[in-house]
Amino acid sequence: MAVARHWRQQDQRYNLAGTRCGVCGGHFFPRRLMCPVCHRKSIGKLERFLFSGRGKIESFTIVHDPMTGYDLQVPYIIAYIALEEGDHVLGQIVDCDSSEVEMGREVEMVFRKLSEEGKSGTIQYGYKFRLI
Amino acid sequence: MGRLAREVAVIGIGQTRFDEHWNTTFRELGIEAGYRAMEDAGISSRMIDALYLGNMSAGLFLDQEHISSMIAEVVGLTEGQVPSTRVEAAGASGGLAFRQAILDVASGLNDIVVVGGAEKMSDVPSSVATEFIAAGADQAWEGLFGATMPSLFALMARKHMHDYRTTREQIGMVAVKNHRNGSMNPLAQFQREITLDMVLNAPPVAEPLGVFDCAPASDGAAAVVLCDLKTAKDLSEKPIKVIGTGQGSDSLSISNRPDITSMRATKAAANRAYEMAGVKPKDIQVAEVHDSYTISEIISLEDLSFFEKGDGGPATERGDTSLNSLISVNTSGGLKARGHPLGATGIAQITEIVQQLRGDCGERQVRDARFGLAQNLGGTGGTAVVHILEVV
Repeated sequence: MAVARHWRQQDQRYNLAGTRCGVCGGHFFPRRLMCPVCHRKSIGKLERFLFSGRGKIESFTIVHDPMTGYDLQVPYIIAYIALEEGDHVLGQIVDCDSSEVEMGREVEMVFRKLSEEGKSGTIQYGYKFRLI
Repeated sequence: MGRLAREVAVIGIGQTRFDEHWNTTFRELGIEAGYRAMEDAGISSRMIDALYLGNMSAGLFLDQEHISSMIAEVVGLTEGQVPSTRVEAAGASGGLAFRQAILDVASGLNDIVVVGGAEKMSDVPSSVATEFIAAGADQAWEGLFGATMPSLFALMARKHMHDYRTTREQIGMVAVKNHRNGSMNPLAQFQREITLDMVLNAPPVAEPLGVFDCAPASDGAAAVVLCDLKTAKDLSEKPIKVIGTGQGSDSLSISNRPDITSMRATKAAANRAYEMAGVKPKDIQVAEVHDSYTISEIISLEDLSFFEKGDGGPATERGDTSLNSLISVNTSGGLKARGHPLGATGIAQITEIVQQLRGDCGERQVRDARFGLAQNLGGTGGTAVVHILEVV
């Protein structure tokens, strides 16, 4: 992904910042440009919504065959997390042994390095999660 | 909603073997499948009104875009400037190209249309292929966190096991069944049977899924010739009619769906196709479903309403989806054993169904097959296409 594309998503990735619809009150992550429920009525009425970063694991996997650039992290844990506000997010679970991860475990967001583009390339940061 | 303006039928099919074709180019694969389909239909190039191509990513795999023009040129259609269109929806590119060709003929614009699907994946190392396949999921909100395509299906698998008590063994039996079917298909990439022990003890890819839960990276092409039913009856002794076509879309990322144990796009596409065809799930004798990962077949069996929610695993264990049982699923070997050259898969599903309905499948023939269904998925279910075909 191009550097500018990462840069545009910094607020969302650094802060777990999504969108709240000023019409229906629904919230969404990642950020939306239009409320999927209220459609055109929501334009101009969307506001930044900060998620607490707390949630629970609804599913998880331990990845052994990684994406390019993630070789050093193998094996890494990816979880499908239900945030306490109700929305879902995908993220890595860190700071634990894979045997500690279970369905339903509570987690909280932490700020970590996500990936880097080669030895002299840019480094991407963002959210991961750890067990509470 | 829900009617084709003109009846459409398949009169020719062709497929290369799906494999790692080290000595064969993308162009050669396309030509082989295309000419086999034309020979089967008994038509000449001059009779073709339009060409459609399903291809996920020649751009990533071969650094070549604009393959609509490239393939039209190599099959000799550019002298007549025959319109050629490439269709892309990740793994559903082939199924979606087939649908576009149907809509073209049904509209009355064109009478005879060739639709092909092709992908060449073995020119890049497998780790790079993993990355390109993941481009069919959400790069910004899944891929960046290290999520590969199998890892997303692994999340679905664990949740399905948790919510419906589906067992790891039941999931693995999908691969055993599809390899058994593939052993009877001379065009399949893998023509050897495997055991459940092999599936369960295979190296892990993304737990709980292992190597034998994942369709391979493949090279291959498939093609079909479509035309209006009147022309079909003039040209063919065994035309196979398309009686239902349905498509549905859902979010690119699994995080933006209410449930990851089911795919709304499949349900919508299936309901639209069943309604158009006027048939029910129990009327279908043979189905090609999108088993890019073993869990995907189990979820699809439920979403296509062949079995109740949560019964996909037990049904597989009971043998209800084996050859000539309740419903014969993935008689070709499925994506798992036939192989999965992304854009070619949706077309290869159609060639299998047509072959079954013609009664030409030899030892893997489904008895008294009258209605066949094909379901093709893009990514984790952001796109689903379902077609229902019938013997005329």
